[in-house]
Amino acid sequence: MAVTAMDVYKLLPKTNCAKCGEASCMAFATKLKDKEIGLEICTQLAANEFDKLADILAPAVREISIGKGAKAMIAGGDEVLYRYELTYYNQTPLVIDISDDMDEAAFDERVKKIEEIQFERTGELLTLDAIALRNKSGDASRFKEAAEKLKNANLALVLCSFDADAMKAALEAVGDERPLIYGATENNIEEMATLALEYDCPVALFVPNDLEKMKELSRTLRAKGITDIVLDPGTYVNAGIGDTLDDFIMIRRLAVEERDEDFRFPIMGVPALTWLNTEEDEVNTAIKEATIATTLINKYADIMIIHGTEIWELIPVLTLRQSIFTDPRKPQAVDAGVYEIGEVNEDSPVALTTNFALTYYTVEGDLKSGNANGYLLVLDTEGRAVDVAVAGGQFNGKAVADLIKESGIEDDVKTRKMVIPGLAAPTSGEIEDDTGWEVVVGPRDSSALADFLKEKV
Amino acid sequence: MDKIAQLLKLLENTDTIELNEFRMDFEELELHLMPAVQQVVGQAQQAAIVKEIMPAEEFKPPIHDYPGEVAEVQLGAGSRKQVFLGGQKALYRFEEPQPNPPVVTFDVFDIPMPGLPRPIREHFEDVMEHPGDWAKKAVKDFGANMVTIHLIGTGPKVMDKTPKEAAADIEEVLQAVDVPLVIGASGDPQKDPVVLEAAAAAAEDERCLLASANLDLDYRKVAKAAVDYNHAVLSWAITDINMQKTLNKYLMKEGLTQNDIVMDPTTCALGYGIEFSIDVMTRTRLAALKGDTDLQMPMSSGTTNAWGSREAWMKKEEWGPTDYRGPIWEIVTGLTLMLCGVDIFMMLHPQSVKMLREIGETFTKEYMTTEVPDISNWVSQLE
Repeated sequence: MAVTAMDVYKLLPKTNCAKCGEASCMAFATKLKDKEIGLEICTQLAANEFDKLADILAPAVREISIGKGAKAMIAGGDEVLYRYELTYYNQTPLVIDISDDMDEAAFDERVKKIEEIQFERTGELLTLDAIALRNKSGDASRFKEAAEKLKNANLALVLCSFDADAMKAALEAVGDERPLIYGATENNIEEMATLALEYDCPVALFVPNDLEKMKELSRTLRAKGITDIVLDPGTYVNAGIGDTLDDFIMIRRLAVEERDEDFRFPIMGVPALTWLNTEEDEVNTAIKEATIATTLINKYADIMIIHGTEIWELIPVLTLRQSIFTDPRKPQAVDAGVYEIGEVNEDSPVALTTNFALTYYTVEGDLKSGNANGYLLVLDTEGRAVDVAVAGGQFNGKAVADLIKESGIEDDVKTRKMVIPGLAAPTSGEIEDDTGWEVVVGPRDSSALADFLKEKV
Repeated sequence: MDKIAQLLKLLENTDTIELNEFRMDFEELELHLMPAVQQVVGQAQQAAIVKEIMPAEEFKPPIHDYPGEVAEVQLGAGSRKQVFLGGQKALYRFEEPQPNPPVVTFDVFDIPMPGLPRPIREHFEDVMEHPGDWAKKAVKDFGANMVTIHLIGTGPKVMDKTPKEAAADIEEVLQAVDVPLVIGASGDPQKDPVVLEAAAAAAEDERCLLASANLDLDYRKVAKAAVDYNHAVLSWAITDINMQKTLNKYLMKEGLTQNDIVMDPTTCALGYGIEFSIDVMTRTRLAALKGDTDLQMPMSSGTTNAWGSREAWMKKEEWGPTDYRGPIWEIVTGLTLMLCGVDIFMMLHPQSVKMLREIGETFTKEYMTTEVPDISNWVSQLE
């Protein structure tokens, strides 16, 4: 069950010393519970209380770091089943596979491609997180050689082989970089566990579609003192996706609601399995892989291995990940008011948009990349997008009139003409009535706004 | 050392020790007893390990009891095939498979819609002049279970078609196909209720879904048309669960029941606020299962909104071909909301529809009853 502020408060010194910056221990407890502040800030805690608190504040799903230094990534850390209850933690790392039997040039090219994939969205650069090296050759020395090469890559590493000898060989090369060992199965669990302990690396447990067995094996690993475990209950991509969803959801429920120690670990999804014996062409297989990735990232995948590297396949997955990992407690809004774009003077044009962060950054980005100059009026729509704010009534004539008055835009420019978003066309009449400004209905998508301002205004 | 071992032996069968007038200097204790404590701890750890590798406690699927359930709404009657939405008694299929799979309804328009993205136009170019032909193609070629006829042409700023003309379009579509219809208007709050009323009359007893009633228009008129002519109503709120509750209450006051209402909590597209839709839909479905009778209706998603996203349509070489981006954007938007419990999807692209259905159909099956391939050697078998 989720920890409450009161549970935390009970273990705090209750001195209200305020050295942590909070007015009282209760306020500090609330922030601790919401993970908005770190426990170490409290200077009055005795060591044993610190440990107790650290334990009850530990996330329902263990956070596991893979890779070291600049390559490190974190999987897991979630506390809740639904993001609205709190927020989800640690964006699901996206891992792309590569096989150890590729010829050198193809291998290098694929590594480069994985490293370079990026997509910019609302001011954030979305990228991939790791490379999964598959021991396709079945040959230990080849696996080791390929792993050695990946030392130079700038991403974390997942080593995929069910052969403990091959795994040992690869760990000899890269074991000090904290790769994820993938993986332990019913057949090799003793050997893989030994390697995980020897090299102090996290290990993934692969038990397809059998949670009973998974629980048992997770327990086996834990009994050996292994704490960094990743659970892969198998990814089925056709009719079996139903079972996979059930497995993922059950594991997460058991972790969050029952605090079942055997399941309090990150879950791995492998959309790459879409490519196993596929009967579809490459395009359709890639679309399907994105579909599977969507399904799993929505329902608790904490790390995923993907095979496709086409940017059109990855953009939607990266975007979905960005969306569901935004913190619902923070309003996604920018301050309302007037913003200057490029060079402005009293003859500059004026355009109107909303204060929804996504909308604002999109419009701002479009105006800047289109080398537009002008003023951008940003209306407080309580962080809603244009169409939603029009339908919801926040985008209205009176609100725009207030914005004009409060922003003082009438002192900055001579014009009394503004461009409103195409999606806000139904409000053009009331804006004219309430503001006395002339309203020009602009394009429906702001990608056309820069040209529109230059040509039509 | 020996004394301590003796002491421990003495204490073997003791549960508690009571110490009288005992005073302890902690650091001193640590210093003197450390080796023995270590030994004791060592024994305890081993004991713990033995306990841990005992057979794992039995795995029990985490199944919940839900006091509420989702109402079942029938669409299609009279000359139509029937489709049922909702009826879930649990959140997930391992608890209890849902009785009806999610349904997709194809968007069809009463005008040729020059603004439709090319990947869609190329499927329907030859039939866009006639909504009847368009609907027929969606059903015949792409297996649509349902068709949504959007009466966009009735918009005062579009073609300002009269309610009578709208009714004629409805009749054309009713003649052309035998699947249930969703009837959408143009989004004009003044005219929509009148248009929907005329369309409802033209489709009397065919049990269509009238889209939509919301708080900004005369929802009473829409509700009355549904009651009078035997249809269901789409209750549309703007990502606001309280607004949804209020509207549903109002609609039920007008004589509609839970079985006559489908909710549209608003679909924000992928990358354009989908997380708001996720939260509202998740909360709505959880409320239904907890027993909130104002929120127990099936949910709908206007998934077509995805096509408004620039990632779906904008030409940009470094993003790859729009032919693929568009359908994926629609799939990811729809699928995400399907996983939050949505029962009916309004969509545009045949491939998106196919993908969504494939996953949706698994929702009605029991856990572990599907044949799955052997993936135990995927690491080496994958090309």
